Amino acid sequence: MTAPARHQAEAAPLLEMRNINKTFGAIRALSGVSLSVRAGEVHALMGENGAGKSTLMKVLSGAYRADPGGEILIDGQPVQTGNPIKAKASGIAVIYQELSLAPNLTVAQNMFLGAEPSRFGLVDRRANEGKAKPILDRLGVSFSASTPVNQLSLGERQMVEIARALTTNARIIVMDEPTTSLTTRETDRLFEVIASLKAHGIAVIYISHRMEEVYQLTDRVSVLRDSAYVGALDRSELSASRLVSMMVGRDLSSFYKKEHRPPSGERKVVLSVRDMGDGFRVHDCSFDIRAGEVVAMAGLVGAGRTELARLIFGADHRRSGTISVDGRDCDIRNPRDAMAAGIAYLTEDRKGLGLFLDMSISENINIGVIGQDAQAGSFLDFKAARRRADRAVASLAIRTKGTSINVGALSGGNQQKVLLARLLETRPRVVILDEPTRGVDVGAKSEIYRIIDDLAQNGIAILVISSDLPEVVGIADRVLVMREGRIAGEITASAASPITQEAIMVLSTGASEDHG
Amino acid sequence: MTAVETEQTRQEKLKLRATLTALGMLPVLVVLAIGFELLSGRFMTINNLSIVMQQASINIVLAAGMTFVILTGGIDLSVGSILAASAMIAVIISLVPDYGMLGIPAAIAVGLAFGIANGSLIAFLKLPPFIVTLGSLTAVRGVARLLGGDTTVFNPDLPFEFIGNGTLFGVPWLAIIALATVAMSWFILRRTVLGTWIYAVGGNAEAARLTGIKVPLVLLFVYGMSGLLSGLGGVMSAARLYAANGLQLGQAYELDAIAAVILGGTSFVGGVGSIWGTLIGALIIAVLSNGLILVGVSDIWQYIIKGLVIIAAVALDRYRLKGLSRT
Repeated sequence: MTAPARHQAEAAPLLEMRNINKTFGAIRALSGVSLSVRAGEVHALMGENGAGKSTLMKVLSGAYRADPGGEILIDGQPVQTGNPIKAKASGIAVIYQELSLAPNLTVAQNMFLGAEPSRFGLVDRRANEGKAKPILDRLGVSFSASTPVNQLSLGERQMVEIARALTTNARIIVMDEPTTSLTTRETDRLFEVIASLKAHGIAVIYISHRMEEVYQLTDRVSVLRDSAYVGALDRSELSASRLVSMMVGRDLSSFYKKEHRPPSGERKVVLSVRDMGDGFRVHDCSFDIRAGEVVAMAGLVGAGRTELARLIFGADHRRSGTISVDGRDCDIRNPRDAMAAGIAYLTEDRKGLGLFLDMSISENINIGVIGQDAQAGSFLDFKAARRRADRAVASLAIRTKGTSINVGALSGGNQQKVLLARLLETRPRVVILDEPTRGVDVGAKSEIYRIIDDLAQNGIAILVISSDLPEVVGIADRVLVMREGRIAGEITASAASPITQEAIMVLSTGASEDHG
Repeated sequence: MTAVETEQTRQEKLKLRATLTALGMLPVLVVLAIGFELLSGRFMTINNLSIVMQQASINIVLAAGMTFVILTGGIDLSVGSILAASAMIAVIISLVPDYGMLGIPAAIAVGLAFGIANGSLIAFLKLPPFIVTLGSLTAVRGVARLLGGDTTVFNPDLPFEFIGNGTLFGVPWLAIIALATVAMSWFILRRTVLGTWIYAVGGNAEAARLTGIKVPLVLLFVYGMSGLLSGLGGVMSAARLYAANGLQLGQAYELDAIAAVILGGTSFVGGVGSIWGTLIGALIIAVLSNGLILVGVSDIWQYIIKGLVIIAAVALDRYRLKGLSRT
């Protein structure tokens, strides 16, 4: 993967952004940022949320106009900033985190959306699909140009986005956290495609929080911090500690905090799940979690982890199985029952299923408990709400100017903490966290680990669903691995044999069975 | 640090945006009032303003109910028909000797019952609100015609005629009822748990369910409320006319109510909006109707102008907010 990049290293950069400043009112969102990207290079852009990555990319795509003094050069030719059409014409394509496809249209229709090949003003569907085919072939996808997008998986949709970028002859493709919702297999496929883009001399600017991807994929990494350019590392200079310290501006000596005592056999079981199943994607799952224990649930995307969590929480209808909390059997039929039983669930889909984006931070924190705080059963108790919100902001270190601010104004990490605050206000005995650090920056990640550790010290039983293997290994006392809707195995940490990523991968993929 | 600062401006912008949304269409209302005064010289009289308020009152009451519904992301197309059926009940019961006043609670109860029926279908059978209330728009209209044998029912000695024509300390009862409805709606939406739940369901119904909110109950409430207020509108209408007609009464009222809510800045997808906006929206519609008559515009042109003003006002609002929200 590295050979072509080395080859072109001497060549003049394909893209140069020089001295880019961007101010919004009195606020400086970018200060003097320069970035140079070579043809055929995968260039990672890293930095905490709010560091300026998105703003920089929006300047590049023409969504924002840079302040006077900065310039963007492509092949040494200046490109007018603040003009999306010019940017596109000069070969810049951006694939955003939230995919922007029309799900009801076909792959080909989406690829040429806005630039349909037409004859006499009539869209020629044949020609459309004919033109789409070579591009799709080049990407090696398994679906056809006439497939409706809503029949595709998220990973396949991403391929459509890339195909769309290729229809405009893009030479610089920006990918903003492209693997967030992909399965391992889809991620591998994406990486192959990126390698082939490289081979065609296309530069890929790759925004990601995942270190492993950056190692695997990139030729160079540029780091932004606090709106400024910190520096770049070549592939040979990459190391996790260097990257992290560049991003946060300090050393993170203990990234994963684990101060709670791993529970021994005498601690009592808090959550006990038996034979849980929905007759469809989850089958016969049984496990226990003890007080103060952090159990991680690993497995491939699609293994049924979220589905199992939702069954336990009563969000979906279960076919079989029993749940008991603190030894009492609970008949959980909906989330209300689960909460009454002391189970709290943090969704993996923060914006879609968690937050009320039009409501304030305080309302988002209090929404689960306003009923019990209410005076005479129905009148809002604003004092109690403010007290709870202030306490949560302080104890979870939610960075905000106030609690009456719209929650949509917060960064991803702080939004996640607001959701955590909401579920902790219900005083749960069992906390199920589904991908709690997804799309969250490094600083907020370590704070979420601290919160998990604190909860464990307070005797709460914790189940963390995570696809981030270093995280699983870093925080868990015990790991349950799911595969194809069943619990495929369990790994307990001990001083003699710590949990390893390899052991988890073997269980999640069933690799050991395949080979004997 | 700059990251935090950017967040702050974003928050300030959101706040400014909230204020502007709250202020919403008030400037449009003021401009219209001044314009009609300049054109006619008769608009800004106590007498005329009192007429405007009376004309607006029924729509304000219906639009208040509609605000609850639209805040959850739904729609209630049946309010005009429910108003007609309730008005029929109000007049028919008012003819019962000695118990004529029972027409008021009877009409409101009928409205509530239709609203609950809508709400049950939407909340428990999970049918789309547009379809359910489109159905009841037609069916309840039929019920209204059935009630009077498809004739107009009169009661020249309507015991509660003061509601339609009387005043309290010089303020029309109709206006008092409308403003009281707005005040009550504000209280429910902003001061009760239920109100917060309504916003939450409209903002993100699935998140609301996962938070333990009884979503079906909330839906049942908002459609029940819309029905109840349509019933109240029926009483007001009957009291004003001393009569009710199942065929003609309340035709297309749902459209004025929806227009008022949308003019008031309430989001059609739910979760965002305020009852004050609805009040201003309803007043804009009433001022337009009244002002155009004063200025001497023909009936046909009134329709055209009203429609265009609604579109223009909302377009202006979108445009302004869009300019603001750009970061």
